[in-house]
Amino acid sequence: MTDPASIAEEVARSSYGKLLAFLAARTRDVAGAEDALSEAFATALATWPNQGVPSNPRAWLLTVARRKRLDTIRRAYTSRQAEPHLALLAEELTMEPAADLPDERLALMFVCAHPAIDPSARAPLMLQTVLGFDAAAIASAFLTAPATMGQRLVRAKARIKLAGIPFRVPDRAEVPERLEFVLDAIYAAFTAGWTDPAGTEPRRRNLSDEAIWLGRLIVSLLPEDPEALGLLALMLYADARRAARRTQDGEYIPLDKQDIAAWDTDLIEQAEALLLQASSCGAVGRFQLEAAIQSAHVVRRRTGHPDWQAIVGLYDALWAITGSPVVAINRAVALAEVAGAAAGLAALEGLSGDARLAEYQPYWAARAGLLVRTGALTEASAAYERAIGLETDPAVRRLLWQRSSQIRQGPLPC
Amino acid sequence: MKYMLLIHVSEAEMAALSETAATEQMAAYGAYTQAMIQAGVMITGDRLRPASTATTVRVAGGKSQVLDGPYAETKEQLGGFYIVDVPDLDAALSWAERCPGASHGAIEVRPVWAM
Repeated sequence: MTDPASIAEEVARSSYGKLLAFLAARTRDVAGAEDALSEAFATALATWPNQGVPSNPRAWLLTVARRKRLDTIRRAYTSRQAEPHLALLAEELTMEPAADLPDERLALMFVCAHPAIDPSARAPLMLQTVLGFDAAAIASAFLTAPATMGQRLVRAKARIKLAGIPFRVPDRAEVPERLEFVLDAIYAAFTAGWTDPAGTEPRRRNLSDEAIWLGRLIVSLLPEDPEALGLLALMLYADARRAARRTQDGEYIPLDKQDIAAWDTDLIEQAEALLLQASSCGAVGRFQLEAAIQSAHVVRRRTGHPDWQAIVGLYDALWAITGSPVVAINRAVALAEVAGAAAGLAALEGLSGDARLAEYQPYWAARAGLLVRTGALTEASAAYERAIGLETDPAVRRLLWQRSSQIRQGPLPC
Repeated sequence: MKYMLLIHVSEAEMAALSETAATEQMAAYGAYTQAMIQAGVMITGDRLRPASTATTVRVAGGKSQVLDGPYAETKEQLGGFYIVDVPDLDAALSWAERCPGASHGAIEVRPVWAM
């Protein structure tokens, strides 16, 4: 690859976050660092084709970006105001990065997911600063108007600078609490990419890959953190089944009907290894448990059926941590596999007081499925109706229709 | 960076404290202030008299309006403040967490905008 444009693109892809983190770490001026960096890339594209690609493109970009930033500061401030900035830049210059740029991306991720940053801005900010996504792409992935997303990002960056959010990796004692925000933001990016299961929007699909990349980065920087390992494992299990979730016509295939041959064995093996590593760290958390549930599902590769007993136990543990009604629904469905449909249904009934469930499709679909199995067909039909009315994905809606119409056609094999 | 820690607490709750509890509270603030001084972060800080002693002034159309009472009637009131000089927001937040007011009210942490 000698084409200057593709070399610039390659450097942008592999080093954007590193360069930005390094440029912003001392002044906390993320927006200023972004501007300088984008000017440096523009200069590269203008000069490399004629003058040739420098031997160390990253160092070249860094030098140019620093020069641009210095110019901006000199222009923008009176000499007295500029002093503290220039002092910080001078400090940065003494840490001559030469070949090995110190990796401050982890600190940057902790900045993006700092508790003082608006939670809805955390994942977008991470995608923009660590991966160099533009605001428009991020807005489309999070189904937000570009102007709204742009504003949210600008506000968050102003906050980092003015409120003085430090570029640092928290102390060991603070890590679990603060890391949770980082992991949540990565998972939010992953699910934003995942909610387009048909893969019709390449931009969003790409987001899941980028989230996995961030997950790998976190694991490489914190290899002994069980939740970081758990999150990466969870994302890989989901990704491994990507091809199996749809028929060629785009019809939705539920997990229990998926063709095992379409699962990505290599990704599953990676996920299993990560989970094993996590379990040796001696602390159990949400992502680890969710990944373990996935593992108990893919056991089907060897035994022909999921390990439902284990799944019920894992959901119990997850419920104890999260208290989430979504977890309780999944637990009820798993329980039905172990103790029968009536037991699962009874567990679901226990949740019916939760007002949030009235609008939650999976609750009604789960209820309908279990009602069919207990023979309460009229009630089942009504529950399917509710589920269909609440679903947004046309393919899932079609599957629910199919199941609902089977009720009318006669008894189902259980 | 300099930050102001604004201590918002319920005056009604403070007034209802038993004598022992009120003494304890004062001692806690004393210890907290001492800790800040010894760490070399404190610039200044004080208690404020209750909001009922506040007077609010506004000038509209060249005429000044003076109202008896605080700027905003709220459930919790600004009861005191500190100004600290610390490296960053995390350091300011950890001092805010230690403030006795944090456990029964809320501490607002604001960066000082130097003039």
